[in-house]
Amino acid sequence: MKFGVVVFPGSNCDHDAFWAVSHNLGADAEFIWHDSHKLPAVDAVILPGGFSYGDYLRCGAIAKFSPVMASIKKFAADGGLVAGICNGFQILTESGLLPGALVRNQGLKFVCRPVELEVASADTPFTNAFHKGDRVTFPVAHGEGCYTADQRTLDQLEAEDRVLFRYIDNPNGSERNIAGICSKGRNVLGMMPHPERVTEPLMGSSQGLLVFRSMMSALISK
Amino acid sequence: MLNITPELLATHKISSGEYDKIVSLLSRTPTITELGIFSVMWSEHCSYKSSRVHLKKLPTRSKYVLLGPGENAGIIDIGGGYGVAFKIESHNHPSFIEPFQGAATGVGGILRDIFTMGARPIAVMDAIRFGPLDDPECGKRNRRILEGVVSGIAHYGNCFGVPTVGGECVFDPSYNGNPLVNVFALGVIKADEVFLGRAEGVGNPVIYVGAKTGKDGIHGATMASDEFTEESKQHRPNVQMGDPFMEKLLLEACLEAMKTGAIEGIQDMGAAGLTCSTSEMGSRAGTGMEVDLMHVPQRETGMTAYEIMLSESQERMLLVAKKGREQEVFDVFKKWGLDAAVIGTVTADGILRVRHNGTIVAEIPNRCLADEAPIYQRPFTKPARKVPMEGPTFASKDLGADLKALLASDDLCSKRWIWEQFDYMVRTNTIAGPGYDAAIVRVKETGSSVAVSLDGNGRYCYLSPREGAKLMVAEACRNVSTVGALPLAATNNLNFGNPEKPEIMAQLVEAIEGMSEACEFFETPITGGNVSLYNETLGEGILPTPVLGIVGLMKTTAPVKNVFPAARLDVLLIGGLGDCDLTHFGGTQYANTILKTMWGMPPALDMAQEKKVQDMIRQLVVDGLVESSHDIGEGGIAVALAECSFGGVGCEVMLPNVLRPEFALFHEGPSRILVSTSKAETIHKLGKRLGIEVVALGSTIVDRYVVTGLLDLPLGELRETWESALETKLHA
Repeated sequence: MKFGVVVFPGSNCDHDAFWAVSHNLGADAEFIWHDSHKLPAVDAVILPGGFSYGDYLRCGAIAKFSPVMASIKKFAADGGLVAGICNGFQILTESGLLPGALVRNQGLKFVCRPVELEVASADTPFTNAFHKGDRVTFPVAHGEGCYTADQRTLDQLEAEDRVLFRYIDNPNGSERNIAGICSKGRNVLGMMPHPERVTEPLMGSSQGLLVFRSMMSALISK
Repeated sequence: MLNITPELLATHKISSGEYDKIVSLLSRTPTITELGIFSVMWSEHCSYKSSRVHLKKLPTRSKYVLLGPGENAGIIDIGGGYGVAFKIESHNHPSFIEPFQGAATGVGGILRDIFTMGARPIAVMDAIRFGPLDDPECGKRNRRILEGVVSGIAHYGNCFGVPTVGGECVFDPSYNGNPLVNVFALGVIKADEVFLGRAEGVGNPVIYVGAKTGKDGIHGATMASDEFTEESKQHRPNVQMGDPFMEKLLLEACLEAMKTGAIEGIQDMGAAGLTCSTSEMGSRAGTGMEVDLMHVPQRETGMTAYEIMLSESQERMLLVAKKGREQEVFDVFKKWGLDAAVIGTVTADGILRVRHNGTIVAEIPNRCLADEAPIYQRPFTKPARKVPMEGPTFASKDLGADLKALLASDDLCSKRWIWEQFDYMVRTNTIAGPGYDAAIVRVKETGSSVAVSLDGNGRYCYLSPREGAKLMVAEACRNVSTVGALPLAATNNLNFGNPEKPEIMAQLVEAIEGMSEACEFFETPITGGNVSLYNETLGEGILPTPVLGIVGLMKTTAPVKNVFPAARLDVLLIGGLGDCDLTHFGGTQYANTILKTMWGMPPALDMAQEKKVQDMIRQLVVDGLVESSHDIGEGGIAVALAECSFGGVGCEVMLPNVLRPEFALFHEGPSRILVSTSKAETIHKLGKRLGIEVVALGSTIVDRYVVTGLLDLPLGELRETWESALETKLHA
């Protein structure tokens, strides 16, 4: 059971994700450099938070051209689990692996704070360790985390039970309080809150570990 | 030959005496490039010419200090084969001219100082000071400066990926035209893998890495002269532009390149850019350096030698590699997409020799720039002070209203609006972040954590620079002890006015001496820091504002709370109610906010008592005998009790009836800590044994804030006042 953590120039939550799945979850983990043309033998991929390529142009807009993203698209098309957190979510929407876009926070300021979330769907490889309706608290830390999409897409996400997390007290103006979604095939996750930042008691809580534990059990039962 | 006019010297801030010295050291007239080099290297900022004789008084050694002042940052031993490198630095003037970039590059500069040692930065803190937000004349500008500084710090730190874990934000009219932005950074380093800024090994290549050199920040240390602009044509802002993404790449590339073993020495290019790094690296190692500016990566064509040598473009480093192993260094920088170029070699003759377009444009013995830099014994008299010793007679009309006014005051209100813009959690080491008495950051490599507190108090230091500085050291150490850590070492940022005025120089001298005495006493040597002088507007100096960062060490464990966690706990006051008279009340927040004046002396400090109280609270926290722990600082016990209640659990307490109510509630006597506990008896016994007064004040309760006979207020209302004040003022 091995996680691959992608490192773009400017990723800065790469070590945090690595620590969460290796030290706190007890799985194997490996860093994947952004210009690798081939993915190493991993069972799941994490696109971590940060400011890939300085987030110039638009968040995630340059990262989508990284050689590694072509391999990740293929990995996802084959049903592999891909979790994009924060900047990772932005990269996934820019790459077209997830619908919609993340735009500037409604308050126009970077916001770092723990926020309460409702688990809106437990029927995914990323949330199977939760129950629908569970309340969890994960931190957010972003300036561009306002999820937006056209009404049809939003309706479709809801109809297909693809909204995984919703904000209780919306910190960024996201449409329909959406904090995290998955792909149609349910194997690609994008979320703005940081589960890796709450994966051991010293971080104040271990609730975030359940996201990675869900991935692990989904892979084992596959 | 260069025509040296008095105007040219004046714009380079070189006195005629200093110029004569330059000519005699070189035995000839300097070139314009040389004049620029001397100007920056002998500037106050680089040479500490006014403060150096007094800085020598500071203690710098202890068994924990691995590296003291003189390098890019100090390092202390935290055990397990690791150390932490840390330093504080100011970016005051740039932050006034261009708040966003000024503050951002302040963060960038101090981060480079840390990772140039080989340390990975794990925490940033900032001490920022502004004019009042509701100042009738400058309020609007002050609000704009604050917003710019905060977003600049956020922009740089968040993108770079270092958590901003705390700090302080203070207001006073003396900062109206001169805000203070002091940034502290700390990094983890293997104790036996420390890199120094030394150009060792004659014949070794000198390699330039990082961003290209542009015309930005050229006159960061000395202003442009008319004669000079003739040559440079274009004017660029004196404030440099920061690129945190570039800095993040530079960090990763430098740490990776250091692992190759091909690097001999490395230094960042900060103030005075290439000039400072080439001459300092040579002078530390007793070598020289010969560089050819043709090879320096440049952002634009046609830059003069003067411009290249003095540019303060950000995100650049100079390193000396082992001869023959250049390629290993190049490979790493190429991987990270960064420029790396050999620009010269280390020489044996001790001379900084600079070539440009085939001619030698500067040839200066390094010792002239470093060892021969002027040192001034500036005259000093009595510290500037325009307030009386005697205080006014006053009586509070409404103690509850006074408390609310204090909680809503600029200095004491919640700073959440500021710190929520900082990513204070990235790297997942932040055990206690903003809002705690001291920030706690764990070191994953060792199982230990460091606790840091930044403190300064301009009003105390104005009333008495000596006593104020001692109080500042005591407070910073107390904050670190309050969370259970042992204070080990310090870094200081000395922000003062014009040292050429004897009454300002006196402030500096007395503050250094006070700090020295207290740091000696609390066994927290100063391992480095920064001096920022000439903080003046229209001839009026800022309050003398030394700022201290104390670093403490503790075992990694869940932090003690700083708020009351539950009802029906005992509330105890460790250290007793303390004493106060009218004279020692004149520097308090009550005097400042309610009475709008200042007089007398800062609170009286008994350092021996302070140390005993700190030892006791550390023991209480480490042994798990307290449920919460919070020190009493500005605003006195009334404000501290309110802060402890803002977690949602209030208190019902009674103060011993020995002082008049205003003094009892609001005096700021040091050496006092509030705790809540279910083990009161054990603590009373321990207090007796240690000779520390422990007062049973009362207990924690739900939803109310009661000081029997004096105050009775609903908690929600107090909290709302405290939480909303800053944002309300900013958007007024």
